[in-house]
Amino acid sequence: MPMDEVALDHSHDAHDHKPGFVTRWFFSTNHKDIGTLYLVFAIIAGIVGYGLSGLIRWELAEPGIGPMLWIQTSFFGLEGDAAVTAAKHFYNVVISYHGLVMIFFMVMPALIGGFGNWFVPLMIGAPDMAFPRMNNISFWLTVVAFILACISMVVPGGAGGNGFGGGWTLYPPLSSTVGHPGPAMDLLILSLHTAGIASILGAINFIVTILNMRAPGMTLHKMPLFAWSMLVTAVLLLLALPVLAGALTMLLTDRNFGSQFFIPNGGGDPVMFQHLFWFFGHPEVYIMILPAFGIISHIVSTFSKKPIFGYLGMAYAMVSIGVIGFVVWAHHMYTVGMNVDLKAYFVAATMVIAVPTGIKIFSWIATMWGGSIDFKLPMLWAIGFIFLFTVGGVTGVVLANAGIDHALHDTYYVVAHFHYVLSLGAVFGLFAGWYYWFEKMFGVKYNSILGGLHFWLMFIGSNVLFFPQHFLGLQGMPRRYIDYNDGFSTWHYVSSIGYAITLVATIIFFILIAEAAIRRRKATSGNPWGEGATTLEWTLPSPPPFHQFNELPVVTGKGGH
Amino acid sequence: MELRFFIVRHLTAALSACLFASPAWAALPEDGAINFQPAATRIAERVHEFHNVLLWIITLITALVTVLLIWVMVRYSKAANKTPRKFSHNTTVEVIWTVVPALILVAIASLSFPNLYYQNVTPNLGEIAATSKSLLANGRTAEHLAYTRNHFPDAAEKGFVNVKIQGNQWNWTYTYMDIKDDTGSALEFVSNGIHKGRASDPTDAGPRLLATDYPMVIPAGRYIRYYTAAADVIHAFTVPAFAVKTDAIPGRLNEGWFLVDEPGVYYGQCSELCGIDHAFMPIEVRVVSQAQFDRWAGIMKTGDFDAAAASVREVAALETDTQFASSN
Repeated sequence: MPMDEVALDHSHDAHDHKPGFVTRWFFSTNHKDIGTLYLVFAIIAGIVGYGLSGLIRWELAEPGIGPMLWIQTSFFGLEGDAAVTAAKHFYNVVISYHGLVMIFFMVMPALIGGFGNWFVPLMIGAPDMAFPRMNNISFWLTVVAFILACISMVVPGGAGGNGFGGGWTLYPPLSSTVGHPGPAMDLLILSLHTAGIASILGAINFIVTILNMRAPGMTLHKMPLFAWSMLVTAVLLLLALPVLAGALTMLLTDRNFGSQFFIPNGGGDPVMFQHLFWFFGHPEVYIMILPAFGIISHIVSTFSKKPIFGYLGMAYAMVSIGVIGFVVWAHHMYTVGMNVDLKAYFVAATMVIAVPTGIKIFSWIATMWGGSIDFKLPMLWAIGFIFLFTVGGVTGVVLANAGIDHALHDTYYVVAHFHYVLSLGAVFGLFAGWYYWFEKMFGVKYNSILGGLHFWLMFIGSNVLFFPQHFLGLQGMPRRYIDYNDGFSTWHYVSSIGYAITLVATIIFFILIAEAAIRRRKATSGNPWGEGATTLEWTLPSPPPFHQFNELPVVTGKGGH
Repeated sequence: MELRFFIVRHLTAALSACLFASPAWAALPEDGAINFQPAATRIAERVHEFHNVLLWIITLITALVTVLLIWVMVRYSKAANKTPRKFSHNTTVEVIWTVVPALILVAIASLSFPNLYYQNVTPNLGEIAATSKSLLANGRTAEHLAYTRNHFPDAAEKGFVNVKIQGNQWNWTYTYMDIKDDTGSALEFVSNGIHKGRASDPTDAGPRLLATDYPMVIPAGRYIRYYTAAADVIHAFTVPAFAVKTDAIPGRLNEGWFLVDEPGVYYGQCSELCGIDHAFMPIEVRVVSQAQFDRWAGIMKTGDFDAAAASVREVAALETDTQFASSN
């Protein structure tokens, strides 16, 4: 992006004094510090969510109820059939909180709260977010929500056990008093309400910041794609989350105050909850993937040393994905007994999304075409993302067809599909952003060998983990099963081996962080990536000064990059 | 996993499949398989045919993306191409990669909709019988042959066998509305999974986690119309070999249909998370001849469920009746 020279020596600015520890990290109003807090929080929540998935893969490595039973007998002193029942409930709790924690407390805080807070102001040349104190509230409400969710795991839920075991989709009547009479579900509702408020406030903050605080000369059509992705994401959050909040409130009053929104013998309808939930839930999956799209665009452009191919097409592909994302929700509900014409509509609408998604994939490749590609670590993650997201995308086209979905709905095929787009898509986007901006955020260099090891083990491990799940799903293996017929055992075993490989990768990731923290190899320049890195954050030193752009940068030049 | 263990496991699976293969069909997961369970209904056949086409399409798309990625990685690596080009637009390719995927999707939709409507709309049996008769009467035998690939006039003449399937925490209640006992109440029974994941589970009572005490029994070569309902929370009735899956939802009655030609035993499992024993409420469907079905219903009406269940378990091996098999 061509621009006027920007003053680079902010670091010795007289205003760059940082507040004391407590003020800086607990009452923070600085977008970069809040971004860091979000990233630290997401890593902690990620350990919890990833640990829960470890329990799942450990249990499913072999047929029969094993590790869950062992946990009940060893740690809770249960025996016999009581231990078996407790193990079954515990497994349902584990899968439910794995999904909730990963979505609400890992991917969203990391991509939106973390990278969004850090880089939206830097990329659009703003001194901070529009509402710094609201930013602070957003973060701490997210922490409160996570604590509530953790407490909910250890208070009575249903079936005589602790925690809610009805899946992250919270379908009533299993989530009403029929299935889970205990306070665990109420706490979970409170947790999600709180997380929802935090996200709505954050979304307002992003929208206002992006619309009002762009540097002089930066029109929307010159704005970096990551900022575009955050703008679309924030609008989706703002429109989708209130619907979830409404559904949760109805569930809460059904549970506690005698209303009967979802209770059939009072005239309510459990399917209504599903419609409301997925009206939120489908945009939610784009909320998780769009920021990754933005990150990948910058990385591909930077390391190909070429401007983004089809910038406007890329921006409006995201906008159209966001718009269409609101009218496809019932493809999650093909088996509930909808009218067949309605299903046909949702088939057609869902498949339309493949067009803008295809535009993005091909535009990334076209950006690389003719470039001079430097295979630095972030680029490896980005190329990995493009491949894995393609695999997850095409199985989405398969599932979009209601006729086939009747066979595959609620099987491991679906599990494989959404982990390819989220666990390998969003998470690869996350790691790509992490390595792309690591030096910018922390001012120290990471060890590339450890990083490369992390990438390759993660790439191999997650494919070994999730690819065989397609086979399981085609054979009819249902989701959310603690035990399975021996006819499913080989691919479950392979899948668990895949998890073990990703575990090694994850340990290496933490070693990498520790190594970088101990060695403290100081960043030597504000831009380690060279000529391809053209967005405004690279004009600042690494780490950027506590307050940047006291004099606003002026963006000239004719196009977006 | 050690290679030796891998091979032994597969050999054992193949061997046991041969040993226990009866004249009748048994549909259950096969270890190491990478595709659907064999189709037992026309619905499933059509799903599989459609899926095979889709699998080609998505494999080719993924291969195209992979090849392009590898090409740019090799051709435009820093070593191979020192100076990057600066283009960022090309209207022709942008139009192509918008229009071509859209056309592919239209092609997919043209296969998808007939498939969806076929399985989702309960057939009008009177119309099927009449259409078949008029085609034959007009000598349009080729069209009649095509028609009977998807429709079954002989079965249509006999009408539906109606079954209500109710999901409970954690078993299934089957109600045969048309089969009444002396007091006029419909035949109804509860089907429990045999295995509960406990140490006391029997080891010789059918496939683990799939076998039930009293299976759902249906006659071969007949149109089955089922209704799903639920007593407490949401469950889902499914049989992979039939490619049918219908949620059982409290306060609702959902409808579906299928027709199975091949006598045998077909297994499915509850497919909507319903609480602690979600994995332990299997569906066992025994498909038998009409005569055998009538005998089973007769014994069921006396209340001796065990004897009735035993009668359909034996028949799987003994049945040589071909009257139903040739009816379509």
